[in-house]
Amino acid sequence: MDFLRPASWEEALAAKAEHPTAVPIAGGTDVMVEINFDHRRPEYLLDLNRIAELSQWEVGEEKVVLGASVPYTQIIENLKTELPGLARASHTVASPQIRNRGGVGGNLGCASPAGDSHPALLASGAHVEVESQARGVRLIPIDEFYKGVKRNALEADELIKSVHIPKATGPQEFSKVGTRNAMVIAVCAFGLALHPEKRIVRTGIGSAAPTPVRAKEAEEFLNAALEEGGFWDNGKIITPSIAKQFATLASGACNPIDDVRGSANYRRHAVGVMARRTLMWTWESYRGNAEGRTLEGAA
Amino acid sequence: MAGTTTGIPRDVTQGLTQGGIGESTLRPDGTLKVTGEFAYSSDMWHDEMLWGQTLRSTVAHAEIVSIDTSEALAMSGVYAVLTADDLPAAKNYGLEFRDTPVLAYGKVRHHGEPVALVAADHPETARRAAAKIKVEYKELPLITDEASATAPDAVLVHEGRDDKHSKHVPHPNIVHRQPIVRGNADEAAKRADVIVKGEYTFGMQDQAFLGPESGLAVPAEDGGIDLYVATQWLHADREQIAPCLGLPEDKVRMTMAGVGGAFGGREDISMQILASILALRTGKPVKMVYNRYESFFGHVHRHPAKLYYEHGATKDGKITHMKCKIVLDGGAYASSTVSVVGNASSLSVGPYDINDVEIEAIGLYTNNPPCGAMRGFGAVQACFAYEAQMDKLAAALDMDPVELRQINAMEQGTLMPTGQVVDSPAPVAELLRRVKARPMPPERQWESSEGADVRALPGGLSNTTHGEGVVRGVGYAVGIKNVGFSEGFDDYSTAKIRLEVINGEAVATVHTAMAEVGQGGVTVHAQIARTELGVQQVTIHPADTQVGSAGSTSAGRQTYMTGGAIKNSCELVREKVLEIGRRKFGSYHPAWANAELLLEGGKVVTDGGEVLASLVDVLEDEAVEIEEEFRHRPTEAFDLRTGQGNGHVQYAFAAHRAVVEVDTELGLVKVVELACAQDVGKALNPLSVIGQIQGGTTQGLGVAVMEEIIVDPKTAKVRNPSFTDYLLPTILDTPTIPVEYLELADPNAPYGLRGIGEAPTLSSTPAVLAAIRNATGLELTKTPVRPEHLTGT
Repeated sequence: MDFLRPASWEEALAAKAEHPTAVPIAGGTDVMVEINFDHRRPEYLLDLNRIAELSQWEVGEEKVVLGASVPYTQIIENLKTELPGLARASHTVASPQIRNRGGVGGNLGCASPAGDSHPALLASGAHVEVESQARGVRLIPIDEFYKGVKRNALEADELIKSVHIPKATGPQEFSKVGTRNAMVIAVCAFGLALHPEKRIVRTGIGSAAPTPVRAKEAEEFLNAALEEGGFWDNGKIITPSIAKQFATLASGACNPIDDVRGSANYRRHAVGVMARRTLMWTWESYRGNAEGRTLEGAA
Repeated sequence: MAGTTTGIPRDVTQGLTQGGIGESTLRPDGTLKVTGEFAYSSDMWHDEMLWGQTLRSTVAHAEIVSIDTSEALAMSGVYAVLTADDLPAAKNYGLEFRDTPVLAYGKVRHHGEPVALVAADHPETARRAAAKIKVEYKELPLITDEASATAPDAVLVHEGRDDKHSKHVPHPNIVHRQPIVRGNADEAAKRADVIVKGEYTFGMQDQAFLGPESGLAVPAEDGGIDLYVATQWLHADREQIAPCLGLPEDKVRMTMAGVGGAFGGREDISMQILASILALRTGKPVKMVYNRYESFFGHVHRHPAKLYYEHGATKDGKITHMKCKIVLDGGAYASSTVSVVGNASSLSVGPYDINDVEIEAIGLYTNNPPCGAMRGFGAVQACFAYEAQMDKLAAALDMDPVELRQINAMEQGTLMPTGQVVDSPAPVAELLRRVKARPMPPERQWESSEGADVRALPGGLSNTTHGEGVVRGVGYAVGIKNVGFSEGFDDYSTAKIRLEVINGEAVATVHTAMAEVGQGGVTVHAQIARTELGVQQVTIHPADTQVGSAGSTSAGRQTYMTGGAIKNSCELVREKVLEIGRRKFGSYHPAWANAELLLEGGKVVTDGGEVLASLVDVLEDEAVEIEEEFRHRPTEAFDLRTGQGNGHVQYAFAAHRAVVEVDTELGLVKVVELACAQDVGKALNPLSVIGQIQGGTTQGLGVAVMEEIIVDPKTAKVRNPSFTDYLLPTILDTPTIPVEYLELADPNAPYGLRGIGEAPTLSSTPAVLAAIRNATGLELTKTPVRPEHLTGT
């Protein structure tokens, strides 16, 4: 195994062009596990740690450009206001040591359905900035990024540079089920973001289908129901029947498997519960009612 | 052997950390461990060493058709590739039966069994070479449970058994069967106003000790071997290793290397023989270190069990009878299944006074992973079931579950189902009273002015609830565990004590073969020596086979047995010191003739406190050294038909109250508090006692809500051999564990102490289960409880 250590982004792109099978490594929290378990033996490892810009972020007018290697700890500490959903999700990633090393670029590169950042990125409507030496930069909408189990939309000569994530314009939430109370891989997860300026709700489901997915039917139903009832303007409490239908449709968006971490039926069930709860939390927050969560019982 | 070895244990002198028995002296290795400076067995190094690597079976049950090692042997850097054909002497080892092949021959009987062995000059080379060995298997039908094991046409896991239990078992796939019959359960059942039955399932738990199996074997000039290894019982290892190497025992010299933890998982041989064979074959030191993945295959686990129980009671809550059948899955090799069966059977009634019982426990041979010793040893599985039954019975009687237990609680003088009298304190009702009397932890602790603190809620940091769906439940359990080796085993421990003057100060050296696996023996041994010999400086010599056996660090026996041996040897040293004193100074003071002389503060004193001489003056340049064995009172085997016999040395009791909060919609659990009360006889080191009780409690919590090795019933393969998917409690899963301990002396034990490490592991699990049942109203007959069980998905 050869270890390539480019000093700059340009050198990294050149190396990836020359060795398309090279596996990029930054925090190594995923790649090293795969290597240690002998699940893969890449010919080349492409170390991105010398490229400082990958560990930086920029808060713009409308979006945050988040370097692929920005560690989760930084997201939690510095981007809680701009990216509350992703910050919440980041906090559920593994242990403090892993959060100090790992970043969103690794989650996207690996494209495991269990990656914790995916539901938040889907719910936010992020774009992934990738680049190749031959064809330059392209922005891949997150909806088109996940292609299959551990497969993403990258070409062999491309590297992930950053993620462009719209700044939150409304409340966002993230929930994840694991069978212990910290440091656990998702059995399933759910992200939800309100976009009041567009009067839409977006969602993301983790670990309950071959790829991270949006609960599109649930979103469409909810968007229509909110529009129809004038909810965005009158700030009414979401009715139990709307919440219930949203949860049912979110469950229906799952295409889970039975595995050692959980049953398919449980995943469907839990996604529904999380969909309902995160909807109530965000909506109550949108209504500006901090005590609102006690209204959950109505659902 | 030329070259230097580093990372091997050295003398530890404890002068600054003072304290005799009863004091919370700090561990001499504590700071080293938390700062990362402690040398564990995997840290050992020899300049010229090779690295050993196993190849393990990829299938659970198969004939080995062929093994082709040629490609592996051809690799540069590879020094040896061995299969069973290359074994130098005995091909099998085992704790109770020698049924376990060093390397598989003929067939493999479980997933992950060692088949071949490589030595190379780099661990990665060894790993790659092992991967190049080609093994052709012809798969055989799988035996995975009682039904498949005892079917009339069942394939035999072991053909031609000739072990001592083979004659009395009903089927060759049953390792051992222990019935116990006392009174007449059928007759007594007629008096019952209510009868409750239950079927319970206990999952396979892993010890998950820190520091996977590792060691260093160094070939010696005399043709023998020096073996440094992290284990639980040096001498039992040596008894099994020497025949496999074709060496006399005195040429197998073992030294305990730094151990991370054990919990029973190091009682069986792991890499000891493998590394030694490679070292003898290559003439070079060989180091072997399992990674965590291999560790899951490299040691035995807790027996999974099916338990069938029936209890009856009269309206006033007096239990009329109990019937049970306990089926323990021993997996492919016997390990300590025989003793686990004996324990499960003899402790199946629990700490209750029930006269009419009908008990049967069996241990199976299957193609599942081998199971053997783990903290609680057969009593854990039984406690899970009988405590569930107690709650069920209380519900049927419409009675408080604690009250029902107290009505039937055993006490000093109660007869065990084996006919043995419990002849020292058994404060079962009192322990329950204490945990019940504790104030309840406040409700809804997650609420704060800034919203819900998810750390205090089920799901924790994963942010699954802010209080929705959360219901509190409370549950109780109590258990009984035997301490020490039972059923007539001639158990002893040896302590060599040396007292001499070094640099003008009397110093005691304690040399035993005791395995320090984290229990704190190194601390307590020095405390005992200080107490008995009145010195401050105590040196703990590394454990090795240059001294007699200390027995196993298991069964809660080590402070009782090796602590007892140290106390005993110290008393003999004291006698010698006094003899010397009388010889030298007897004429100076009449008190020397007094038998009641003590050693205190480095001096010989009368029981009135008068100083007669200093130890320095008595000893001068003379050293007093005693090596003596210590035994507990003898026990008896259980009758194979009736189960009668004084089988156990001592009993330990603990009770728990669990308070849980369950997210009933998502099936997630937060254990809020797990209070424990235990009788410890005498707390030699109160801080260690609390640590043991909290640790045992947490290990019991683990198997209640998350810990399980999942074996695919269709393939008998392990599905989760890693800490990614074998989940252990994190600190966020671990509740506050308030501990109250009683010190009711056992008159037969040194200082009156009781073994403490195991009892809390028993009652913790059923208490948590009871609390979850209380919160959800579900029956929950399987542990660990999974979200699927709580949500019906």
